[in-house]
Amino acid sequence: MDQAESVSVLEKKYSRRTFIKGVIATGATASSAGYLFRGSPLLGAATYQTATERLITLNVNGQERRVDVLPHETLAMTLRYKLGLTGTKLGCDRAECGACTVLIDGVSQYGCSMLTHQVRGRSVATIEGLEDADTGELSVVQKAVMEEGGFQCAFCAPGFIMAMTEMIEVNPNPTREEARLALSGNLCRCADYDKILTCAMRAAELARSV
Amino acid sequence: MAERLVGADIAPPDLHAKITGRARYAEDFRAPGMVFAKLLLSPMPHARVRRVDASRALAMEGVIDILRADEVPSRDGPREACLTDTPRYEGEPILAVAAVDEETAAAAIEAIEIDFEPLPFVIDPLESLRPGGPNAYVDGNQFSGQDGWSDFKWTNTDFAKVDAGEMPDPSCPVEWTKGDPESAFAESALVLEETIVHQSLTHHPMEPRSNMAYWEGETLHAFVSTQSSQQTKFALAGALQIDPENINLVSEYCGGGFGSKIAGTTVMQIPALFSRKINRPVMLRITRYEENYVGRARPGFQTWLKMGFLQDGKCNAIDLIIVQESGPYGAGDFNTAGMIADLTYTPQNMRFRGVSMYTNTPPKAAQRGPGGAQIISMMEPILEKAGRELGVDRFEIHRMNAPRGDVQFGPRNATLTSVHAVEALDQGREMFDWDAKLAISGKRNGSKVTGVGIGLSPYTAGSRGRDGMMIIRPDGKLYVHQGIGNLGTHSIADTARPAAELLGYNWKDVEIVWGNSARAYPRSTVQAGSQTTTAHTRANHAAATDALRKIREVAAAALGGSASSYSVDSGRVSGPGGTMTLGRIAERAIAMGGEYSGEVLPDDVHAQTVPAAQILAGEGLMGIARDNYGGEGNIYSWVAGFAMVELDEETGMVELKEYVGVTDCGTVIHPRSLGAQVFGGSIQGMGMAMTQRWVFDPQWGVPFANRFYTARPPGFLDIPADLKWGAVGIPDPQDPVGAKGIGEPPVGAGAAALTSAIADAMGGRCVCRTPLTPDVLLAEIEGRPMYGRLEQHVG
Repeated sequence: MDQAESVSVLEKKYSRRTFIKGVIATGATASSAGYLFRGSPLLGAATYQTATERLITLNVNGQERRVDVLPHETLAMTLRYKLGLTGTKLGCDRAECGACTVLIDGVSQYGCSMLTHQVRGRSVATIEGLEDADTGELSVVQKAVMEEGGFQCAFCAPGFIMAMTEMIEVNPNPTREEARLALSGNLCRCADYDKILTCAMRAAELARSV
Repeated sequence: MAERLVGADIAPPDLHAKITGRARYAEDFRAPGMVFAKLLLSPMPHARVRRVDASRALAMEGVIDILRADEVPSRDGPREACLTDTPRYEGEPILAVAAVDEETAAAAIEAIEIDFEPLPFVIDPLESLRPGGPNAYVDGNQFSGQDGWSDFKWTNTDFAKVDAGEMPDPSCPVEWTKGDPESAFAESALVLEETIVHQSLTHHPMEPRSNMAYWEGETLHAFVSTQSSQQTKFALAGALQIDPENINLVSEYCGGGFGSKIAGTTVMQIPALFSRKINRPVMLRITRYEENYVGRARPGFQTWLKMGFLQDGKCNAIDLIIVQESGPYGAGDFNTAGMIADLTYTPQNMRFRGVSMYTNTPPKAAQRGPGGAQIISMMEPILEKAGRELGVDRFEIHRMNAPRGDVQFGPRNATLTSVHAVEALDQGREMFDWDAKLAISGKRNGSKVTGVGIGLSPYTAGSRGRDGMMIIRPDGKLYVHQGIGNLGTHSIADTARPAAELLGYNWKDVEIVWGNSARAYPRSTVQAGSQTTTAHTRANHAAATDALRKIREVAAAALGGSASSYSVDSGRVSGPGGTMTLGRIAERAIAMGGEYSGEVLPDDVHAQTVPAAQILAGEGLMGIARDNYGGEGNIYSWVAGFAMVELDEETGMVELKEYVGVTDCGTVIHPRSLGAQVFGGSIQGMGMAMTQRWVFDPQWGVPFANRFYTARPPGFLDIPADLKWGAVGIPDPQDPVGAKGIGEPPVGAGAAALTSAIADAMGGRCVCRTPLTPDVLLAEIEGRPMYGRLEQHVG
């Protein structure tokens, strides 16, 4: 089976099952290898060529980016190690913590558990893309977090902020209870949940007033 | 007038970077030619490496080299090396391989042929105490620097009692007695005896301990995930036996530590040594799975407790034995636990016995509220049980036993600088509406039963005698150099506030300098044990006082009049001779030289401060001083936690409905951040008591629960959408600022409020085990207790 085809037919909606199927379909083992990083010449490191390596175009934060991606490479790895977008964090490598949350066509997804090939032709938004590219103005969610002094160690912050960004689109007028549910796919080990929730509520308020 | 900085909600200056993705944590740094290391982790809890054949791995395309245990520093005894050929826990790093990318390095690890000789192991310390039981080390189970290894066992008589579920009377390496416990118990109206098991559990900060390093000539550039900054540089220099001034340690952000990264990490040595060997930058990315093993854990306790009470509810005697599960490299929690039991219940008569036992489980380290959180979460429900049995209101029994200002505790009758535990309880009672809540305790709604409980938790909250250093440059700004770490407590900025306020600065004109040792730091504390707020508000206050004197003297020299007649406000100094900007003052200080510009330093600053001050000398007006404010007694903070839960008797599920945490931590510097510490610590404590469970396979000695989903910290849905916090807000009288730290005490308060509330929902029954997961509670409710015996690590 042609490997490029096999990844292109994968379901668009992320699922753990889809991810594992994707990894298997590419011929890699479904062990931990899928969570690791395979280098590319873009990083300055020499790498050896394999038959499956290929150059693809991704739409990240509104820009077309050409990138050398292995079939079983995760989106979080591509963003962090090939596109220099280190704002997307790796907290668990395996869909447990949400630190790597990005938006794919506006829907929050775990970057560690999506294959980069799955997002070809779709728009990827990361924490680095939230500011206005020309003015540097912060997004309403970022403004809300600044106002409310959200987060402690903030390793989880990029993921939470992406999830909040989706939340205010889907539910512009949430209750605290609803916001709590909307953000429950993200973990904060400092347990700054109360303040994060206050930030989310303020973000929704700011979004409504725009 | 310049703005008030103490007591205001001011977002820390690094927040913008944190929310835009610009903040760089250790794994976010890159260097040209950077390669990746992967670790080979021991598959056995105790073994000896007999043979390694890496030839196939080294022949793989893209593989650069291997780093073995004989190439890294090691010391005899129960001391950890970053790589070892005698692993003492499953997951201990044996060797590292570097390759052009991580996947190749991982494939190379798989291609290494390695032969282990399995050795006897122990995961339950009681088994190691049993006559003839296994030891965690080949040479014994106790170690002293003078006498080396020995074999410490309890007697068959002791174990006959242990096995019968009774309190034994064993000898222990640590023992102290105060008062006359035996006579006191004879006078007690009620004596409760309980056996307690508190679990050991991993820290699991969000950021695993990844790090990167490279060398430029003799200079090591290390990018490290660490709680502390300056002290980590010295720790790394000590481990590698190199000159600290040859290390450029970068630690701008730390994604949480909770005690597991106090002066950095053991694995931070690996990229440093490996990059020196292969002359290329090395990134060691630690995965969550690896973090479970190398990431440190809270020591577990197996405990026998006897607690005596007078008729009115006053605790008059405690007899406490703690066997601590200490991992292969030791920990000190149990000593603190004994002190904290004495402090919190003020029995006047107490015997404490403790033994720290090596085990072949992942290494232990202080975890937020070390020792205190364990003992408080276990003893508070027992205190409430006494209240129930004696007919004393549960709030009152906490209040009457809590210490007052004249308290003396521990074997050497330690004292406190201040204590307002009673005020914290009183304030919490009101905010929580305890009396109304008590009325619905035990109320049923279908299969759900309501329970309410209180947890009062102290912990050390400060130290003294550090140095402060700041400089006013010709741009007029105040640059506060902070050698403490940046792990999310905001103390990196907040400890500069009282100093800036003293100098009349508006916050926009204050720059915090941190995160890179090349930027020069004064002698700082490790960022641990809630020391920082006290230690560095004091040190910075001392340095600002020094700066203020110098500003006045420079102004008087320039404008005339006496120095004392000049005052500072909003970037200007004004007095009888007129007014000048502090930028101009800085220029004059540079021209005057000497102590004004830091060319001459105070005699009493620490040797670690001197080279840093020399970097800055001549660049502005320098404020530099040692904290000589002094003080008597220990600095402790308190949190009183109040929880209401619903226990579902059909499922064993506990839902936290309400929580209030009130703290006594002196002057409040940053209210919003303080609230976040009270809640965050309390919720971590609830995870410790209820959601995280670290289970081991007793046959093979390996943990089953090695990820977030198997040892789950609390998530958004585990806590209510609204929580409340408060602060007593009485300044510590022995301190120029009056602030005490707050990181540690909320953990015990949150955990204990929860364990007390669960006991209440179960009609007053104390399970005396953690964690109280639904299966455990369900089994208890159904009368088939899961935690019958005193086993550690089995659940």
